[in-house]
Amino acid sequence: MTKRILAIDDSRTIRSLLTQTLQKAGFEVSTAVDGVDGIEKFQHEDADLVITDVNMPNKDGFGVIADIRGGTRNRTVPVLVLTTESGAALKERARQAGATGWIVKPFDDEALVAVIRRLTGAA
Amino acid sequence: MTADMTMRDVFFEECEDLIAALTEGLTAMRDGSTDSETVNAVFRAVHSVKGAAGAFALDDLVGFAHTFETVLDHVRSQRLALDDRILHVLQRSGDILADLIETAREELPTNSAQVDPVLADLQSFLGDAPAEAEDFTFEALTLAFDGPADAGSTYVVDFTPNAAFYTSGNDPVLIIAALQSLGTTRVTVDLSRLPTGLDALHWQDGLLSWQLEIEGLGSDLPILEVFEFVDDLCALQVKLLDEDTAVPDIATATAPDSPVEQDGMDAAAGMAGDMSDQKARNAADKGSTRAASSLRVNPERIDRLINAVGELIINQSVISQRLQHANLPNTAELFADLDDYKLLAREIQEGVMAIRAQPVKPLFQRMLRIAREAADATGKVVELITEGEATEVDKTVIERLADPLTHMIRNAIDHGIEAPDLRTAAGKNRQGRLRLAARQRSGSIVIEIADDGAGLNRPRIREIAVSKGLVAEDAQLSETEIDHLLFAPGFSTAKEVTNLSGRGVGMDVVKTAITALGGRVAISSQFGQGTTFSITLPLTLAVMDGMIINLGGQTMVVPISSIVETIRPKDADLSQIGLNNTLLRIRGEYVPIIDLAERMGQVATLRDMTDRVLLLIQTDSVPQCALAVDDIFDQRQVVVKSMQGNYGEISGISGATILGDGKIALIIDPEAVAQGNSVYAVTNSQNGRDVSYVAAC
Amino acid sequence: MSQLAELQKSERLEFVTLVAGGQNFCIEITQIREIRRWTPVTVLPHSPDHVLGVINLRGAVIPIIDLAAKLGFAKIMPTERHVIIIIAVEDRIIGLLVESVSEILGVDSHTVRETPRGPEDTTTRAILGIIPLGDDMTKIISLSALLAPASQVAA
Repeated sequence: MTKRILAIDDSRTIRSLLTQTLQKAGFEVSTAVDGVDGIEKFQHEDADLVITDVNMPNKDGFGVIADIRGGTRNRTVPVLVLTTESGAALKERARQAGATGWIVKPFDDEALVAVIRRLTGAA
Repeated sequence: MTADMTMRDVFFEECEDLIAALTEGLTAMRDGSTDSETVNAVFRAVHSVKGAAGAFALDDLVGFAHTFETVLDHVRSQRLALDDRILHVLQRSGDILADLIETAREELPTNSAQVDPVLADLQSFLGDAPAEAEDFTFEALTLAFDGPADAGSTYVVDFTPNAAFYTSGNDPVLIIAALQSLGTTRVTVDLSRLPTGLDALHWQDGLLSWQLEIEGLGSDLPILEVFEFVDDLCALQVKLLDEDTAVPDIATATAPDSPVEQDGMDAAAGMAGDMSDQKARNAADKGSTRAASSLRVNPERIDRLINAVGELIINQSVISQRLQHANLPNTAELFADLDDYKLLAREIQEGVMAIRAQPVKPLFQRMLRIAREAADATGKVVELITEGEATEVDKTVIERLADPLTHMIRNAIDHGIEAPDLRTAAGKNRQGRLRLAARQRSGSIVIEIADDGAGLNRPRIREIAVSKGLVAEDAQLSETEIDHLLFAPGFSTAKEVTNLSGRGVGMDVVKTAITALGGRVAISSQFGQGTTFSITLPLTLAVMDGMIINLGGQTMVVPISSIVETIRPKDADLSQIGLNNTLLRIRGEYVPIIDLAERMGQVATLRDMTDRVLLLIQTDSVPQCALAVDDIFDQRQVVVKSMQGNYGEISGISGATILGDGKIALIIDPEAVAQGNSVYAVTNSQNGRDVSYVAAC
Repeated sequence: MSQLAELQKSERLEFVTLVAGGQNFCIEITQIREIRRWTPVTVLPHSPDHVLGVINLRGAVIPIIDLAAKLGFAKIMPTERHVIIIIAVEDRIIGLLVESVSEILGVDSHTVRETPRGPEDTTTRAILGIIPLGDDMTKIISLSALLAPASQVAA
């Protein structure tokens, strides 16, 4: 069964890149433009994995994860954080928020797909 | 066009929006709002550019954006206090960022001579502190590359997930599946710690352990990669089956900054590196053809579409009317469906108009920069103020306005605004004011460029025109006619070609461009005080909320936007003034009543105001007045048809619309009626007030 | 190049002949969009005598001009029997009210003659040439000359 990914990023370019990359890899992709939109979509659609940017207006990536982990629907869904930061500080924050993993921008297509495949158990 | 190209287009398009947001924020900061939201917005814009640019290996851009972003970060976190100098550098940085995006788009080499100084300025604010040290220190890697043979070895993996492992969305099954894909695997699960009673079982307790033996691996790297996110969420041990080969234990559960992750990051970084080289090569290979902008449609098609949509709306209205007169039984559902139809038509209409209409804001923002540069180049001190940025103009018009506006702004700064000393001597502010304003004026767009500079030197203009043979020595010219000499081909006041005006592109080119857009330019100037250029452009399609009125048996439309209220006056509210004029008393004030029928030439003399309906009008440029009409029917949305193309201007009329029954209703221009003059009285002074029309019929 | 010379570049020309102000005129066919019966117009305020008003032509608002009046003859009192010729000139669409339309006239271009020199008036200014028709002749209307504004402000 095709795995569905919800991609949340306020950058049009990144959304397009993610969609293209992931669709080519055989995933179904749904996008959201910021944290609020992201949570809204999350509540109404099934997602096998969520990938979210950190810096976004209205609600940032960590807010998104907090809502997901603290909510009642699909709360153990794997969540990847897409970020330009790196380092231990980020890892700590991501950990605390409950992220499953992280990918640093600019991301490598293949690496991203490999990670997502692994986290969703897709072929 | 490769898929890569399309991504670039999306990226550059997004950059346009981000630069616009950036400029807006920086302007707000310049104007004094330094609240956190504004600074944040600017930060986010730069951050987004950086984030997206990274995907295209635009290193110079990313590098500059990074420093820019860092400075902004320091500002927003109050580590850096904003002062004039920093503000100035931030403005320049915004310009440079825009330039870097442009050069990236055009695939040209970076103009380091321009970029480096600004970059240096930015860095100077970051002090001598070295670039933020990565918290993530790489430890010396002591991994087992020098290990096993080509045949591959067997690794033993022991892992026990803890509670956090599960709550963070990880799944041991998937981990195991991933490990299994690495080679032949044997898995054993240790259930020893499971409680006997299910009710004592808490899944968070991490009671399950697994051991896997994976064969045929060259190193433990792939294994560690599988655990890249969870190394600290489980007890993990990876070792070679054959313990005799002295390879140190790779990963322990709790070591921070563990090599596990480093490997993962390294591998990813390595691959990313390769990828960006590839992308760079792709970029170089690409032809120099610039990607087409995202909307390229034959304008004729859009025109036809727009017309068709207009017809759709009218058609809906026709059907609605007919149905109402048809007295059909049981029509409740039918009307509901008709309402749906109306909504759908409205949606299409909005969609179609959205295709074409765009706010002038981005254009005006560009002008801010033009003005800045022009001021710098000419040593003038000027502030450009913009108004009405949200005014929407047809996209094609915006594009074609860019050049004329640029030239007019440069012109105003170069020739209009005086040098600071001259200004002070003349008792003016040292800083000149240039106002760029846009507004919709029932059927047209008016763009004004007003400066408080020296104004037009008419004798001089006349002199030059004579010397160039444009007018006869003894010609009698009105002030307006002299003003318009500026637009005559071959006329160029710049005897000194300044480094700004360049090759003396004359105002005649501007005029031609405006005329080509179907518009007109008017000049108003006072020597010593300033000059205002007004560009009036027709709206191609407008849908307007109109009040349908009866004027002497003719159905006409008045734009709702200018109507404050409708009044049926009682005699007591009316007062005579002068011979025939009547005033309306409303809320303690007296408002003049204009007999619309008289203005429209329906009647020769002013009529009695009793039994009329009055429309209280308020627009930008005229004080309140009341238009007297015979009756009002209803309010509805109408499609404005411009008559300029076929006919020309009619005093007091801004266009026409076609009613549901196919009849034409003229649309009143309340402002023009209130002013009592044609819009073009200035440029076409024929016989004073009675400028009846400028129609070419 | 004069309009006449332009016309004469083609070998064969077609005109629609009409009557306005009691006289014969014709218009080169490529400038004509359609021919309609007279329908009531919506009056335009402050319009000169020769401008009757506007009509709705499939969603476009088209001004209607009394050709006779424009040429300097007496105004036409339009009835259903009158005809409107919709013409297109330089991106503008306009309707000309005429008394009647006769036929489509096809001629070899060399039969078109220059207008004989004589005193200029409103009518002759709008004529670009003549075509002899038996004992009579028909005058070719120059639409651009007809519709040019009387005074041109520096545009």
